[in-house]
Parts: sequence; structure tokens; C-alpha cells
Amino acid sequence: MIEVDAVIIGGGIVGASAALFLSQAGRRVALLERDFCGSHSSGVNYGGVRRQGRPLSQLPLSQRAHEIWGRLPQLIGIDGEYQRSGHLKLARSLNDLRALQDYAASSQGFGLDLQVLERSELRARFPWVGEVAVGASFCPDDGHANPRLVSPAFARAARHHGAQVHEQCAVGAVEHDGQRFRVSTQSGLELRAPWVLNCAGAWAGKLAGQFGEPVPMHAGHPAMLVTEPLPWVMNASTGVEGGGIYARQVARGNCVLGGGQGFALDDARARPGQHAVIEILRQAVELYPFLEGAQAIRTWSGTEGYLPDRQPVIGHSGTQPGLLHAFGFAGAGFQIGPAVGQALAEIICSGASTTSLDAFSITRFHSISVA
Amino acid sequence: MKSVVIIGAGPAGIRAAQTLVAHGVRPILLDEAARGGGQIYRRQPVNFKRSAVKLYGFEARKANALHQTIDELREQLDYRPDTLVWNAEDGALDTLHEGRAARLEFSRVIVATGATDRVLPVPGWTLPGVYSLGAAQIALKFQGCAIGERVVFAGSGPLLYLVAYQYAKAGAKVVAVLDSSPFSAQARALPGLLSQPATLAKGIYYRSWLTAHGIPVHQGATLKHINGEQRVQSLNWSNSSGKHTLDCDAVAFAHGLRSETQLADLLGCAFAWNPLNRAWLPQRDSAGRSSVAEVYLAGDGAGITGADAAEIAGERAALALLEDNDYPIAPQRGVQLEQALGRIDTFRHGLERAFVFPENWATDTADDVMICRCEEVRAGDIREVVREGHWEINRVKAHCRVGMGRCQGRMCGAAAAEIIACESQRAVSDIGRLRAQAPIKPLPFGLEIEP
Repeated sequence: MIEVDAVIIGGGIVGASAALFLSQAGRRVALLERDFCGSHSSGVNYGGVRRQGRPLSQLPLSQRAHEIWGRLPQLIGIDGEYQRSGHLKLARSLNDLRALQDYAASSQGFGLDLQVLERSELRARFPWVGEVAVGASFCPDDGHANPRLVSPAFARAARHHGAQVHEQCAVGAVEHDGQRFRVSTQSGLELRAPWVLNCAGAWAGKLAGQFGEPVPMHAGHPAMLVTEPLPWVMNASTGVEGGGIYARQVARGNCVLGGGQGFALDDARARPGQHAVIEILRQAVELYPFLEGAQAIRTWSGTEGYLPDRQPVIGHSGTQPGLLHAFGFAGAGFQIGPAVGQALAEIICSGASTTSLDAFSITRFHSISVA
Repeated sequence: MKSVVIIGAGPAGIRAAQTLVAHGVRPILLDEAARGGGQIYRRQPVNFKRSAVKLYGFEARKANALHQTIDELREQLDYRPDTLVWNAEDGALDTLHEGRAARLEFSRVIVATGATDRVLPVPGWTLPGVYSLGAAQIALKFQGCAIGERVVFAGSGPLLYLVAYQYAKAGAKVVAVLDSSPFSAQARALPGLLSQPATLAKGIYYRSWLTAHGIPVHQGATLKHINGEQRVQSLNWSNSSGKHTLDCDAVAFAHGLRSETQLADLLGCAFAWNPLNRAWLPQRDSAGRSSVAEVYLAGDGAGITGADAAEIAGERAALALLEDNDYPIAPQRGVQLEQALGRIDTFRHGLERAFVFPENWATDTADDVMICRCEEVRAGDIREVVREGHWEINRVKAHCRVGMGRCQGRMCGAAAAEIIACESQRAVSDIGRLRAQAPIKPLPFGLEIEP
């Protein structure tokens, strides 16, 4: 029997950063990961480290994450290819540009320092953007990083600070005996802890349901691809107002592009699907003409949890004291993940998160019957 | 209407097509190359006029027969050369032909995707002038070019002697043949090899011919280092008698072949570890049925057995497909074909004993040797990730980019697996299997899309 202060289920960036912050605070932590830490959505996402475009309710947490990202090497021991290149959100119509202007106005005070660029300014500052863009909103301190490296490094750092990290260790049963949780794994581990953190991503709904608070979460599979290394031109990570495709270029020269949805191969694996891949290849040359004739060398997808309002669930269970949830990040958990982990650690260490989590309570689904 | 599709117009694909046509089916035959024949019987461009004997030597009759077959079938099948199948999902294949993407639904598919060289890097292998054995052979067969004027052939496998022989016959200067397998291994392998006396005789002939023409053939010889500034200038090799140097301007090397299994993977076929091939292979029954009902496998793409076996397996897989669709077939034919495949399999076991895998390659490979040239990942980079506690090959790939580049691990995957296994002190069968990801080969932006 392993006695710890907290059992964290899910070794993605949220669970691993919670493990890291709790260990740093001297708490005994066991991090349980069914596969390898950071090998699902946290490790295979697009790699955007972006505050711009998030719902205003997420901005305080996102801003907090921004500060954590600023000291990434001290925290996890690697730079994770993180760079504050800026994030450029493109508008393909004047209506879209107006939406960007509205967002810039309403997000004032959150520290994003957005700059709305009209067509001529956009051309002058980012000449590689295609004619199809009529304007953009630029967030100078947003950026991108390599999720394949960053997310596993949070787990490694947690282990370094004393956390037990169990990989390839699927959870079997989670019960509460009135005092503590008893968690058993399929590999035969038995753990006891006053706290359980449900950070199981797209698979977190099962545990929530087991404790009487089912959530209407569905799995999504963002399609992604990468080019061979190209001459360096993209000096910002990009997205498009109203959705569509997003693209960034890494220091090596490869461009990473995402957009559209793939499909599930099974419960744990997904592929991008030819439709989404072709759509990216087609749309990309309008937005980024320099890609004409470049080659896509690899495609991939992952499995991510989406709730109907596209907002995550973060915070206390409404039914089981000691149970904390953090999941359903709707494809936007990478940037905010470390702050969520820190907020969860604060709940355990000091009773409450210093950033309000009210907007993300699971209780918003309590009255909803799950289809 | 959904079609019966064959992927690959090599020996397996062409014989499969012929068999289907003979039973009244009109298949679609997709091939990445401009002309059918596969790698082994690759045809020269239309305006080249070298004779078949000159191109294919002892195999001229087989090559001619296969080429003639596909030429004669032209009207009876839907033959689509220059067509890359870059993805497969959901009962459909995604193709690219002259910059145009299209989707092809299939009712049944025979996957005959062939093989490429298995490359075990040595220092200097990325210098201009270094080729795989298969590439050296294709340069000669297809374009009538030699890879250099003074060529060393190294590594192991049947192709080693064959290509050296072909080069010498074509008038190139073959400096030496360095066979990493010791003579003792080849002597031990003889019983298995005797199951195919004609093939064995050819192998012996090539070697004898080389020796008779004054070309040094060394066994138990390890290629250590390829040297040069801008391109190959010399190489170092060693054997039990010591270290040696050879001047040369080109090197062709490989250690046998590896199957092109990515499409079978994307099609959902179950894989199993195959010790003989030292690789994960899509599972198939003796007739070529995969674990997926609509998918059949034939030829080197499902395990290395060579061109003769590929022809037989292509016909056998086509018969299985016909049988599963209630076409009347001659029942004894399938049995005969499977018996023939069994005999070749015995020979294949013998070959593997004769051309042993260099088990110490991973141990002997220095940290600064480039393993993945697309992403410039060296052996030491891989080892460092393993020392951090990673051992699963896809996980190691995620951490150091090995196999992430243009070739998607087709070139470096086997070598990377050996390094990971060695460093993590696991069997090479216990480090997982590199997952296939579309596109199988690079896909251009701005492609046209067939409605």
C-alpha cells in the first residue's frame, strides 16, 4: 500500500504540472499514467502557447500560465523550443477583423497587449501572409513550443522533485472509504490518499461519472501535419479568426499546420484523415503562399476532450470531497495547463486557488442530463 | 462501384493482376513507378535500347516474361502508373498522380509494396558517392549509370554479390567486395540453401566470377569508415587479420532488405514480430490473407522472400481473393503454390544463416555516427534519450526526432531500433514498432483535388 497526499490520474501537462508543484511544496504525490507521460494530447498538440482568442474567463489563468512559461527552463530543465514569437490571428473578412477588434477591446486589462493590424500594416510587418487576409490581431508575447518535449519534461521534473511517476500504469478502481481514496492500478499497485486529481483528459469523464457527476464530454481529433524544413519566414505563430487552419514554423524550418478534424482509430488512438489533410494543404497556400510546392512529410492527430461550452472543468468535485477535476480543454490546454496544475496544488496546499476557478466548475453540468 | 485494387506492379502485383484477369476480374493496378516490373525487374525508360540479357543477366527470361505479362494485360486491367498511394483509411486509398490527389474506394486490395535496403550506417555514409546496394543496382538497370568509377560493395545479403557482378560485367571497376558474414556462417547455411540449387548455383557463380576476374572478395569483413572531404575518397575496413584501407570513389552497401509495411499498417493489419526478418511484419496466412478481411498481402512487402516467391505469392493471394468472393478456382493450384513457397522459405532461412545480421553493429557504432540523416540524429542522441529512461521506439522518436523526417523511418528505422534495443538492454522485438503515419511519401502543398 502506497500512502501519499495526492494521487494524480493522468500524466498530461495538467497532471504532471500539478505533480510538479505539489512535490515542490513538499507533498507526497503519485502520478499514474496509462501510457507514457505527455504522449497523448499534451504531447501531440499543435504547440501553440497562446492567450489571444481565449474566452475572457480563461484569461486570468492563462496570464498566470504565461508567467510560468516565462521560467520554463528553471522549472523543467529544458527550453522546450519555447519562443515568444508572437501570435498573429488573421481575419479573412472585414467582419472577422471587426470581431478581432472587439476582442482586443474587451480583453484590455488582461495583459495581452493586442495590436490590431489593418491590411497595409499586416503586409508591411508580415509580408509572408497571403492576400486572403484583410487584417489581423497580433499578440506580441504569445508564442509556441514543442509539446513532445515540454509535456514529458513536466513529469520528469516532478519525479526529480520526489513525485512517484508510474507510466504504463492504468487505473483499475477508485473508491472512497469515507476517509481516504483507495486507488488500485491494473499493474497491481494499491494507493491511499486524501486527494485524487482527475486529470485524465478525454478519458476523465469515466471517473467523474463514477462519482455521480457525469459530463457531456466528447472526444475530438485535431488534424496536424508538418512540412520538411523550409527557409525561415514565419516570425509568428498564426491562427485564423472563426477557425480554419493554424500554422507555425519551428527553428529547424519545419512548418507545423493544423486544422479540421480527424477520426478515432480506437479509444486511445486517432488519425488525421485524408479529408482534413487535403483541406490543410489546399487552404494553407492561400494564407501562406510561400508553402506552394513545399512537401508535407508527416501527419498526426490525438484525442482531446470537448465539453459543449468548450470550457474546461477545473476544481472541486460537486459530489465527492477530496476529488479535484481538470479536463476538457477543447484543444487549448497546452498553454494553460501549467497554471491549472498550480491552481490544483494551491487548493491542496492552502485550501483555495489564488485564481478564481468558478467559471469552470463541474457543477454547471449537474442539472444537465447526459445524452 | 468499388474495385479490386492491387498496389505495386512488381513481380507479386503483376502475377496477382494476371490471375485476377484470368478469372474475369478487371482490377486496378496502382504503381508508383512509370513502368511495371518493380525494383528487381525495373524497366529502362522507353527510349533506352539495352537488351534484357544485358540488364537482367540470368534473370532476363523472368524479367521479359513479367514485362510481357503486364504489356499483354494492358487492355484487361485499369493500370495506373506514376501513382503514389499516400494514405489508406476506411475502405479507401488516397492517391497522388501528377500533382492530383484522388480517392479510390476498394472492395478488396492486394498490397504488394516491395522492399528497400536495410541500411546500417557507418561513419561517412552520408557522403556523396555512398549508395545503398539497391540504389546502385537501379542506377545501372534504369539509367545505365554507375555510381562511380572505382566502387566498393559492402554489407551482406544476396544483392551484395549480384550487384558487384553486374557492375563488373557492365565495365565498372569493382575495387572489392566486403562481405560482413564470415565464411563459416555460409558453410553452416549450406543445407538450407541446397533446397534451391539453381538459386544457390547463381550465387556461387557470381562470387566465383568475381574472384576469377581478379576482384578481391573478403568475408568476415567489416566496413568501418568511409572517408572523404566533398565525396568518397577511401574507406577503412577490418577483418581478423587487421585493419585495411581502400581507395575508391563510390561505395554501395546494405545488410539485406526490409519490407515496406506502412500501407498494411494504415490499412489496419495486425503485425507480429518476425525473427527471421528481424522486423515487425503484417500477419498473413499461407495464402496471403491479412488480419483484415479485405486486405491481402504478397511479395517482399510482407516479409523478404525474393522475386520468385513474390510471383508465386502474388498469384496465391489473388486466388485467395477470388476464392473468398466465390469465384471458381482450381483447388490444387493453391496447394502447389503454397508448397513452392514453402521450399523457398527453407532457402530463405538458409540465406539468413549465410548472411547473418551483424549482431554487434549497435555496440560498435560510435555516438557521432549519423543514424537519421533527414533529421540529423546521431547514435549518441538516441542513446541519450534511452538513458533518460525511454525505450519504446515511438517515444524515443518523439524525444530526439529519429525517423521523423522525409523518409519517415523507412531508411533509419531498422538501425534506430538496434541502437535503442542495445542501449536499453532489451531485445529488438521488445521496444515496440514504429507506427506508420500518412503520408507514406511527401505530399505537396497546392495539389489539385479530383472531385
